[in-house]
Amino acid sequence: MLTLNHLTRTYANGVQALGGIDLAIEQGEIVVVVGGSGCGKSTMLRLVAGLDRPTSGTISLDGATIDQPHPAVGVIFQEPRLLPWLSVADNIGFGLDTLPRAERQERVERALNRIGLPAYGRNWPRELSGGQAQRVAIARALVAQPKVLLLDEPFSALDAFTRASLQDALLSLWSAQMPTLLLVTHDVQEAVTLADRIIVMQPHPGRIFAEIPVKLPRPRDRLSDEFFRIERKVLRALDGSLNLDADKDRSTSSTDPATAAAMWW
Amino acid sequence: MAWTEARDSTASAETATTSGHAGAKSRWLRLEWGLGLVVPIILGIAWELAGAAGLLNSRLMPPPSRIFTTLYDLAVKDQLWLHISVTLSRVASGFGLGVFTGTLLGALAGYSTLVRNLVDPTLQGLRAVPSIAWVPLFILWFGIFEASKVALIAVGVFFPVYLGVVGAFAMVDRKLVEVGRVFRLNSLAIVRRILLPAIFPSYVLALRSGLGLGWMFVVAAELMGASEGLGYLLYDGQQLGKPDQIIAALLTFAVMGKLTDSIIVLATRPFLRWQDTFGSH
Repeated sequence: MLTLNHLTRTYANGVQALGGIDLAIEQGEIVVVVGGSGCGKSTMLRLVAGLDRPTSGTISLDGATIDQPHPAVGVIFQEPRLLPWLSVADNIGFGLDTLPRAERQERVERALNRIGLPAYGRNWPRELSGGQAQRVAIARALVAQPKVLLLDEPFSALDAFTRASLQDALLSLWSAQMPTLLLVTHDVQEAVTLADRIIVMQPHPGRIFAEIPVKLPRPRDRLSDEFFRIERKVLRALDGSLNLDADKDRSTSSTDPATAAAMWW
Repeated sequence: MAWTEARDSTASAETATTSGHAGAKSRWLRLEWGLGLVVPIILGIAWELAGAAGLLNSRLMPPPSRIFTTLYDLAVKDQLWLHISVTLSRVASGFGLGVFTGTLLGALAGYSTLVRNLVDPTLQGLRAVPSIAWVPLFILWFGIFEASKVALIAVGVFFPVYLGVVGAFAMVDRKLVEVGRVFRLNSLAIVRRILLPAIFPSYVLALRSGLGLGWMFVVAAELMGASEGLGYLLYDGQQLGKPDQIIAALLTFAVMGKLTDSIIVLATRPFLRWQDTFGSH
């Protein structure tokens, strides 16, 4: 169980990025956070990763407080952030240096197979495509067998096809290890594809605006009516989250997903 | 030069895998190497012919044939090897000392803001002193023999290495350092596993410019008082009016400088194969 308790974060310049987040996530649950720019999504993720400290409030994982990077919490960034001077295999094994060599090699080997790049262990990161590099980054985080995996817009730099295939890859890796996934994205379709629960955030300061459960069976059909229905619900919530203090007439005209999506960016 | 060498390494990698192209590849490589010789050979021939035609004052501008004869005589009769090895050992000790201190202080100042604020202003101030200006003081301190020469060379090597290391640390991608933090590396491990490999390409460049300055300052040191060494050959050639000996020593410097630089390039190349830059392909 990952618990966020009255989490706030105020920057040195006085800007309040997070204004009190309360969230409890079950082990193995997939929670996707969406929201407009400046609503504190990434700030929240960095706090959970232990990379930044909250101004007030606490984060705990199974009762243990997180205030610095935690061995049971893995992070995947928007960019793969592979170390260019290490081979693909050494990148994947980067966090396993305390394990005996044989076990490390075996885990790396297995991870390479799981991400569908079994022959790439000895390649340099520069020889990978964007999607392959992000797969390696996922493997690097997962070989450490974290209980919680944080993903900060992990697929936003990829084209639509690659993105869809990486979402599938992520889900199959998830079902093998069942870590808790906390993922931040701009992409509503991605949110509905992956999430057990979607958190819509609102800005100034960043707060939770709405929670939308997604009870569709997996694998999900991105073209089904149910899928669209939830997608529209998320878009409407996003729209609402940004129009709270603006004139209300705009939100009524934005039931069409395309226009709504155009506005909340 | 670096790019021909880099290309050489990709070519030899291909030689290992595909044998069909290997012949053509290595022929092309030999051609590339040969290309570098065209200009000096043409210049040498023109010089020789101009000398033979009486267009040059051959007492001051000895033709290549005489320079090579001098070089040969130096090698056979006049202990050229001794001069080379003396100079080389001075450069080596000064370079070693300068690289060691430059790397150490550079890494400390590059990693720790506190150390940087503490020592960098002083070092930048000292850097503004032209290195040759230390000579009188070093002679008083260390005497006229090896120690003062090595100290001067070390000072010359220190600054490019120090600056290179400090600058390279500052340029390391914060995002990669964050990867280290996510995996809970301590400071030492972050330095060893992320910062040092990240700065290595710039470090090699710093070493190479340091070595260049090392060769520069060994000449300065030897011109000011030495009884052996390549710089002494220069001085001796000037005193006794032997331009052929001066040019022979200059050629030796060129060869030694290039040779030692190539050693750095070759020794570090295996550690830089990961690079994805314009120059590495």
